[in-house]
Amino acid sequence: MISPSVYIARHMQVMLATLGEMIRSPMSNLMTIAVMGIALALPTGLHVILKNVQQVTAQWDGAAQISLFLKPSVTDKQADQLANILRKRQDIKSVTHITRSEALKEFRENSGFGEALEALEDNPFPAVIVVFPTEQSDNLLTVQTMLASFKQRPEVELAQLDMQWLKRLYAIMDFGRRGIWVLAAMLSLSVLLVVGNTIRLAIQNRRDEIEIIKLIGGTDAFIRRPFLYTGFWYGLSGGILSWLLVTLSIWLLSGPVSQLATLYDSNYSLSSLDFSGSLILLGLSIFLGLAGSWIAVSRHLDAIEPD
Amino acid sequence: MIEFHNVSKRYPGSCDALSQVSFKLAGGEMAFLTGHSGAGKSTLLKLIAVLIRPTNGQVLINNENIGHISRRRIPYVRRNVGIIFQDHKLLFDRTVFDNVALPLVISGLPHREIGRRVRASLDKVGLLNKEKSLPITLSGGQQQRVGIARAVVNKPPILLADEPTGNLDPELSREIMELFEQFQQVGVSVLIASHDLDLISQMGHKVLTLDEGRMTAGGMHNAPQDKLR
Ligand SMILES: Nc1ncnc2c1ncn2[C@@H]1O[C@H](COP(=O)(O)OP(=O)(O)OP(=O)(O)O)[C@@H](O)[C@H]1O
Ligand SMILES: [Mg+2]
Repeated sequence: MISPSVYIARHMQVMLATLGEMIRSPMSNLMTIAVMGIALALPTGLHVILKNVQQVTAQWDGAAQISLFLKPSVTDKQADQLANILRKRQDIKSVTHITRSEALKEFRENSGFGEALEALEDNPFPAVIVVFPTEQSDNLLTVQTMLASFKQRPEVELAQLDMQWLKRLYAIMDFGRRGIWVLAAMLSLSVLLVVGNTIRLAIQNRRDEIEIIKLIGGTDAFIRRPFLYTGFWYGLSGGILSWLLVTLSIWLLSGPVSQLATLYDSNYSLSSLDFSGSLILLGLSIFLGLAGSWIAVSRHLDAIEPD
Repeated sequence: MIEFHNVSKRYPGSCDALSQVSFKLAGGEMAFLTGHSGAGKSTLLKLIAVLIRPTNGQVLINNENIGHISRRRIPYVRRNVGIIFQDHKLLFDRTVFDNVALPLVISGLPHREIGRRVRASLDKVGLLNKEKSLPITLSGGQQQRVGIARAVVNKPPILLADEPTGNLDPELSREIMELFEQFQQVGVSVLIASHDLDLISQMGHKVLTLDEGRMTAGGMHNAPQDKLR
């Protein structure tokens, strides 16, 4: 029986030997690695961009608010009562009550129409209750049900979530997220096929060798091993290449983006792939390399039998 | 060591390449397998190496019926059988050393051990000075000897050779046959398929003769199944 240390040594040897072979014939391997790298960089890059967009909108997200314009018949006291009821709700962070007179005062001070208003007998402003949802409930669905329940209240003339555009943005982002998944799935499949095809060609090139190894008692595992390690190296190098492509692209974009941010009085800067994201990219790439070669090996090795 | 009991082999879409063949080859015994072209010599050797399976009958190696072993077991059976091919079947992009080392690499021997055994084996066939050469730079006889060194490097108890002297001159053929005798003398069972009747008679070993797939000389005429009848 083979001792574990010998076993590990053999694996290391095959691992390094396959790497050596790849380095010795770089051109054909580079093609495969480039295809893998680009195919993986595309969905990864889009994912990073989407994450950045999400980060930006997350800041607006917190600002989601519902304005309740009350009926003129509602007294200040009744309005205060309503504000207190709302304050007790779990899904509401804070509530601001602007009475009719406060609204008038504010308008008078902030607009130039102070004198014009003096002419009016009645205060034309309704009382307003501004509701700020908690962070947990600050998503479209919850906010929308909240809005619907407010509309039913007898005191409320008009309940308004002035964030239709946010809804659209969410929808677009959701679409984008799904699109990226579909793209990632399709490109992963193509990576699998590219690796599989490269390994298939490698198997065909070494047909004689495989036949001879089978003749003198090489096990399937022994024959499979170098091809699987080749797939591993393709996966690793393709993953590294795609990481570099994504990181480079983000770096190229970060200049213009921070300029843009300054124009908006923000110090926002693009964030690239984080550590765990990078690990996932590499892991996925290695998995695809291994899976592609595994498929090729199991489909084509059995067909080679010595006679 | 090797036993055939009423072995028949029929290739799909042709008549029997071997029919009712029975013979025994003891450990440390050497025998020649002869017969006209198409008599079934290669077929018989392939059965021993599990390159093909018998249609009927039993092929025993060390009392194990290898006719029905699982696919997974086949490599381990082949490691006990050193095979020498007429066309050598060497890897032309590897050195002589690497070619001979292959069976040891397959069975997972440590590096140092491999070097030692490969050199011992190359020494045996007189090619120690060629270990770094590529097979393409060697003559036909030298290539044949590399094939022999590879077949014996992991000391298999059985050695098979299919026309090992097919296109070598008489003197070289004789040398190679004497090499086989040396392995036989250390306890290896050797079975050699050959057309070269002159050489076979000079060597004076057991001769198994095939004719149209039947063993006409050297076989067991009273195979166990026959006795029962
Ligand atoms: N793969 C195969 N498919 C079908 N028939 C085959 C196959 N291999 C051999 N045969 C047939 O089986 C018979 C025996 O062939 P085999 O190769 O064993 O003969 P042989 O004695 O080795 O001949 P030679 O001296 O020419 O090498 C022949 O009639 C041959 O046509
Ligand atoms: Mg033959």
